[in-house]
Amino acid sequence: MKSLSTIIKREFLSYFATPLAFVFILVFLVLSSAFTFYLGQFYERGQADLLPFFNFHPWLYLFLIPSVSMRLWSEERKTGSIELLLTLPITLWDAILGKFLAAWALIGLALAGTFPIWLTVNYLGQPDNGAIAAGYMGSWLMAGAFLAVGCCMSALTKNQIIAFILTGITCLTLVLAGFPMVLNFFEGWVPSLILDLIAGLSIIAHFIAISKGVLALTDVVYFVAMILLWLYLTHLALVAKAAD
Amino acid sequence: MIQVSHLVKRFGSFTAVNDMSFEVEAGTVLGFLGPNGAGKSTTMKMITGFSRPTSGQVSVHGHDIVDDRQAAQARLGYLPEGAPCYEDMTVQGFLAFIADIRGCRGGQRDRSIDRVTETVSLREVLGQRIETLSKGYKRRVGLAQALLHDPDVLILDEPTDGLDPNQKHQVREMILNLSEQKIVIISTHILEEVSAVCSRALIINQGRIVLDDTPDGLRKRAKDHQAIRLRVMDVDPSQILEVCETLPSVDRVEISGKDGDLLIFPKPGSVELLAELQQLLSAKAWQVARLQQLEGQLDEVFRRVTMGDAP
Repeated sequence: MKSLSTIIKREFLSYFATPLAFVFILVFLVLSSAFTFYLGQFYERGQADLLPFFNFHPWLYLFLIPSVSMRLWSEERKTGSIELLLTLPITLWDAILGKFLAAWALIGLALAGTFPIWLTVNYLGQPDNGAIAAGYMGSWLMAGAFLAVGCCMSALTKNQIIAFILTGITCLTLVLAGFPMVLNFFEGWVPSLILDLIAGLSIIAHFIAISKGVLALTDVVYFVAMILLWLYLTHLALVAKAAD
Repeated sequence: MIQVSHLVKRFGSFTAVNDMSFEVEAGTVLGFLGPNGAGKSTTMKMITGFSRPTSGQVSVHGHDIVDDRQAAQARLGYLPEGAPCYEDMTVQGFLAFIADIRGCRGGQRDRSIDRVTETVSLREVLGQRIETLSKGYKRRVGLAQALLHDPDVLILDEPTDGLDPNQKHQVREMILNLSEQKIVIISTHILEEVSAVCSRALIINQGRIVLDDTPDGLRKRAKDHQAIRLRVMDVDPSQILEVCETLPSVDRVEISGKDGDLLIFPKPGSVELLAELQQLLSAKAWQVARLQQLEGQLDEVFRRVTMGDAP
């Protein structure tokens, strides 16, 4: 446990040693606000909730999360510092979880930075704050799932750009899996069981429920399972490729 | 003690390390010598537990590097090739991170950092970010992190590569000053380094150990070990050659290419060569311009065993 917290601390502080953390948080705040107020028509809807805010998060995460995750392992492999890290007396899981949790905390911090939107909606009306809390929770869980995909892709390559693109494409596929255009494509020629599976894998389907304030156990389990699965794949990738 | 037995590492169809076995006792500074790509770094990566052997075992003070990795790694200090570290950190912050991971806490942590910054002379740059440091300082930061927990075993992959002669000297002094109870393994392709710091050397070629000896032992294998280089004023070298060949201890005599010196090789086991030669010189009243007994060239031995000829 002590090694894990030491790694989390080092990783988290390293974001602030460069402008990365500030740029990330700034871009996140500017874009999420712009989406909410302009594209989401926050005022025009005349409803005291944060649906227009949360609705854009999957799309925002699609390129913001890979930009955080791409360096997690690629950079270590490129500079060779991975050799230093993995010859310290820690487990591989300490390293994987430490990096993941530090990056997830950074995203959590950016998400927490959007609190003026929450204040605004409370000033304008009487929103269901429980639903908003559920929305934040769901958004953070979804970010974790994207991030875990990013960890895995970053572990697969020394090239950060490739890691970025692979993460973006994989996450896009996971988001789109629940959309009618994808499901229509499969409908009729694959068994309905598979069709349900494809729809069930979709990030968007699970997030929509949460963003409306319904924090169902199945959705939480889905995101946690996604995170664990992709971190496990990260572990496999590192065992196979770290020393190449 | 480090025990390496039948170590093999394959990458696809390429065999980087091919059935390597050796043991290293405490108090040894072992040099890995070999051409680039011989398998030195790959072997080090397996000893430190970074890379998993395809087959074979490594044990560090009785801890198997695969089954009991963390216990083995706790006793190891490792400087990877090129001394990579987290360049966005300050030297102080980086060493504190390593100390935390290594389990040095509180006062012990400060003392350890103090000790290594003294050993490798880093005090003046402690507050600087590592990326702003010169190559020599970066290498010292790498050494500092390897020494931080005062490990029993130090694995240093090309510790002096890219350093200037003064810095090389400093690093070698530091290695020599380490406690006699430690095991130090360094890899290098600089032969003078082996004579300067190692008590034993392994020459590795194509993933195999081709020679295992002390630096003196290696030198004795050189063709010109104990040979005598001679130059006489105002006498034709071929005339001297003829006379020298008649001496009982002489095996053969060559005229050295560019400066016309004579290289006189003794018969194996004979020790009288120098005395015989001196008698001859005074009898003929030849004026000596140069007389030098050679120790043997390591690079000649190195070339011979790594270019395919049997030693």
